[in-house]
Amino acid sequence: MPSTAQYLMLSGTLFAVGLIGVIVRRNMITVLMCIELMLNAVNINLVAFSHRLADLQGQVFAVFVITVAAGEAAVGLAIIIQLYRMRSTVNVDEVKTLHG
Amino acid sequence: MSMDEISAQMPLLVFLVIGTLAVASSILVVAMRNPVHSALFLLLTFLCVAVLFVIKSAEFVAAVQVLVYAGGIMVLFLFVVMLINYRHLPEDRVLSKVWLGGIGVGLAVFVLFFSLVRNGAYADQAPDAAKKLSTVSESYLTQHPSDPSKLVRRTRDRENRNAEAVGMALYRDYLVPFEVVSLFLLVAMIGAIVIGKRELSSEEEESTPQFILERAEVEKEVKESMSA
Repeated sequence: MPSTAQYLMLSGTLFAVGLIGVIVRRNMITVLMCIELMLNAVNINLVAFSHRLADLQGQVFAVFVITVAAGEAAVGLAIIIQLYRMRSTVNVDEVKTLHG
Repeated sequence: MSMDEISAQMPLLVFLVIGTLAVASSILVVAMRNPVHSALFLLLTFLCVAVLFVIKSAEFVAAVQVLVYAGGIMVLFLFVVMLINYRHLPEDRVLSKVWLGGIGVGLAVFVLFFSLVRNGAYADQAPDAAKKLSTVSESYLTQHPSDPSKLVRRTRDRENRNAEAVGMALYRDYLVPFEVVSLFLLVAMIGAIVIGKRELSSEEEESTPQFILERAEVEKEVKESMSA
C-alpha cells in the first residue's frame, strides 16, 4: 500500500505543475484547466488523509471541492466566452483595461 | 516471492505507474500548444487521479470524479474550445512575459512541499488504515441505521459500503453545507447563463448573415403570391 507521504508528494507535484501553468500560459482556457488541476491535487490530499486518519470527513470535503470546481469552471468559461465576443481574444496579456 | 506478497505489493505498483502517468500528462497539459490537446491530457490526468482515489478506498469520490470532472467539466471545456475559433487567433507567443518567474515560483512551491513531506512525518505505513476506514464506515451506518424497508436494494458486500457511508455523512451531518452547496450551484448556473447570454443589440441584428435575410425575402414573396 503506498504511504501517505507518497500521496502528498504526488499531489504537491501536480499542484506545482498547475501553478506553473497558471502563471506561464497566456491562453485563458488553459489557465482555467490548470486551476482545475490544482483543485484536483488538493482532493488527493483530502482523500489520502481521510484514509490515514480513518475519517470520512475528508471524502465529504473532496465531494464539496469537486462541486465548487464545477461551478467555477462554468462561470469562468462563460466569462471567457463573453470576453471573446467583446475583445476577440482569449489572451491573458491583452486584457489589461484595469491595468491603469 | 509468493503470490500473496505480489498481491500485497500490487497497490504500490499501480500507484507508481498511475502516479507517473498522472504527473506526465499534467506536464503535457501545461506544455501543449493546442488547447484541445491540453484538454485531452487533462482528461487523462483526471482518470489517473480517480484510480488513485480507488487505491485509498474512496470509491464514491472516484466515481464522482469520473462523472463530474471527466464527464461534465471536460465536455464544457471542449465545447468552449470549439466555440472559440483559436485558429483565427494570433499565436505568436504561447508563454506569458513572466514565464521564467512562473517556473521559478512553481519550482519553489514544489521544493517547499517536498521538504515538508520529506521530514518523515507521514512516511510510515499507516497500519491497517483500510480496515479502520471500513470499520468507521460500518460504525457510521450502525450509528445512523437506514430504514431497510425503504432501501430498494441493500448492499450485500459488507466490506465495501463507502458510497452508503459517505451519503449518510452528507445527508445527516453535513446537511446544511450540502444545501449551501446546492444554492451555490444555482447561483453559478444563473451567473453562467446571464454572463454568457448574447445581448441582441440593434447593431448585431444588422449583422445577421446574408443568407438568412435572403431566405426571409424569398419566404415573404412566396407567402404574398400564395395569398394573392
